[in-house]
Amino acid sequence: MADTTGATKGTNMDLLRFATAGSVDDGKSTLIGRLLLDSKSIFEDQLEAVEATSTSKGYDYTDLALLTDGLRSEREQGITIDVAYRYFATPNRKFIIADTPGHVQYTRNMVTGASTADLGLVLVDARQGLTEQSRRHAVILSLLRVPHLVLAVNKMDLVDFSEEIYEKIHAEFTQFATKLNIPDLEVIPISALNGDNVVNRSENMDWYSGPTLMHHLEHVHVASDRDLIDARFPVQFVIRPKSDEFHDYRGYAGQVAGGVLKPGDEVVVLPSGMTSKISKIDLFDQEIPEAFPPMSVTVHLEDDVDVSRGDMIARVKNAPEPRQDIDAMVCWMTTTPLKPRQKLAIKHTTRTGRALVKDIQYRLDVNTLHRDQETKELGVNEIGRVQLRTTVPLLSDPYSKNRATGSFILIDEATGVTVGAGMING
Amino acid sequence: MSLCKAAHGTIPVMSQTHADYRLSQLDQLEAESIHIFREVAAEFEKPVLMFSGGKDSIVMLRLAEKAFYPAKIPFPVLQVDTGLDFPEVLETRDRWVNRLGVNLVVASIDDAIASGVVIDDGKTSRNRMQIGTLLNAIEENGFTAAFGGGRRDEEKARAKERVYSHRDEFGQWDPKNQRPELWSLYNGRLHEGEHMRIFPISNWTELDVWDYIGREGIEIPDIYFSHQRRVFVRDGMLMSETPLNPMRDGEVAEERTVRFRTCGDITLTGCVESTASTIDEIIEEIAVAKLTERGATRGDDRFSEAAMEDRKKEGYF
Repeated sequence: MADTTGATKGTNMDLLRFATAGSVDDGKSTLIGRLLLDSKSIFEDQLEAVEATSTSKGYDYTDLALLTDGLRSEREQGITIDVAYRYFATPNRKFIIADTPGHVQYTRNMVTGASTADLGLVLVDARQGLTEQSRRHAVILSLLRVPHLVLAVNKMDLVDFSEEIYEKIHAEFTQFATKLNIPDLEVIPISALNGDNVVNRSENMDWYSGPTLMHHLEHVHVASDRDLIDARFPVQFVIRPKSDEFHDYRGYAGQVAGGVLKPGDEVVVLPSGMTSKISKIDLFDQEIPEAFPPMSVTVHLEDDVDVSRGDMIARVKNAPEPRQDIDAMVCWMTTTPLKPRQKLAIKHTTRTGRALVKDIQYRLDVNTLHRDQETKELGVNEIGRVQLRTTVPLLSDPYSKNRATGSFILIDEATGVTVGAGMING
Repeated sequence: MSLCKAAHGTIPVMSQTHADYRLSQLDQLEAESIHIFREVAAEFEKPVLMFSGGKDSIVMLRLAEKAFYPAKIPFPVLQVDTGLDFPEVLETRDRWVNRLGVNLVVASIDDAIASGVVIDDGKTSRNRMQIGTLLNAIEENGFTAAFGGGRRDEEKARAKERVYSHRDEFGQWDPKNQRPELWSLYNGRLHEGEHMRIFPISNWTELDVWDYIGREGIEIPDIYFSHQRRVFVRDGMLMSETPLNPMRDGEVAEERTVRFRTCGDITLTGCVESTASTIDEIIEEIAVAKLTERGATRGDDRFSEAAMEDRKKEGYF
């Protein structure tokens, strides 16, 4: 392995991706501004621009929300229209925030932001308590299998830092969460505007003994969230140098989607079913003893079997069943509704094919979890259970087991636009 | 590579628990970027890597080298020659291109003006003329995907741009109508005449780029490191004294100890006073920097709050 004896801190830091959800009114942008400011991730010119705008608009205080409003049309309308990515770091961890708007019509953005998140941060206004919107956010995070959830009860300063109000929201949410799939929940009382319990512990809430938001973000354990048992290696690209020096080199490049791969492992190549053994694993010009998610490596096999892009390498005794009948939860993302008999392009891992909508079993009301079996179509920003038949077999796992091999996107063949996101049921 | 098989603090390691496998954030970013390079090489007919010679595009070249090793990078490199590039940058470019054995396509603004592709009205900056030159080069060569070194931490408009960023037949970006991008499933569908801009280092920050350059020990242009240079002050920025950028009345050049934080057009790219002469010193300097790299030293991004957004819509990098 290359010598990389931590010349700098960045090489030893780990990474947390989190998605935020909440509306402007919940103070989400203010909270993100606060996290960036208190972790010293904001530069003077950025802060000055925001201060100048706040002054020109006649605000009493610097509106930290302005830091995250990216596009001119958003600034004009005072809303966030799309997923924005923000970055900050503390000495041991780098953070990528997928900042998603909370309005009703933007479910698709939340689904997008949550798809890569390790943690979801839902904001509620302490004065309002749980709203339909905060429930919806929790449901989406749970559907997308975001393993950690933080409910930040914001604006505690406006309810006199009342423990009773916090406890009430805490209990109500815990009750609601029993219907969802949330392996890890933390409920934190904060004031984003004043910074209480964001980075620094609040002096106004002695009764709260849990972590501050930043402390929790810095310490929540995410390394074990990935599936490290079931080896899955979707082949992306076959590397054949065609040079004298590497005449016989034939490597299968890809990103490990699950499990741990080691030289000597008995593997099967899907969908052909041919078996072989891993002879070596390359990472650039080094041979490495094992590969695990999310490493991008090049795998070599002992036998000269036929392997190409779209194939999957798995363990002989633990391989996904190739399936053409797919049962999935689909989030629909375009204004023309999804209907039975519709044909779409589908991309799953490195495989592409076509899919026919056989049936829409029900539409899920993300506010009440009610399953509407009457409506046989999905409108924009709606989520439902869909049966598909694909032209090529998908080498998939249930999304609940593996987010990489359990997910797919649907593409409109005429426009080329991504119109749906699917999560395969077990 | 730092594959840390960490035993967690004082917790005893239970029979090979799966919490042991951890990848540092830099390794995760590298893996994600390599995935993107391979995906594009597999799915697009004719990709190209837009290379400026700056540190971000050098990191891209390094990632591409790693993604396809020991095969050569399976696409050419495209540079827009503004005629106003730092000579040190062009030298570094040539060394990289020679070492990797990749094809270099140069699209020159002067040629574009001569052939009437872009019009030099005496008012338009070379930076803006890059747009027409670039779009023409993409169209003429039939490139369907163009890798760019843009990072989302650079600027507000970039923060909302996808990794696969769709461009219509006019090369324009429509920020309100972007394709949703989920998991690591990228959608590369195009119609005739359209192309895709690909940003493989979207999730890297300025600090990550420096960490990576330091870790990989790769060559970047000397102008990033502290050196003596004759400079003058314009619009609050330190500009290089050069015949390419004549001084105006009242501007006086003097020798200072400086370095550049970005590599752009020599007439628009300012330097900062700095004694940082190693990667570690640069990292230390950035860690305490008070201005963004573009705000500090890029005339092209300071003109208006939406400068980048407007140029991107037209087809800028």
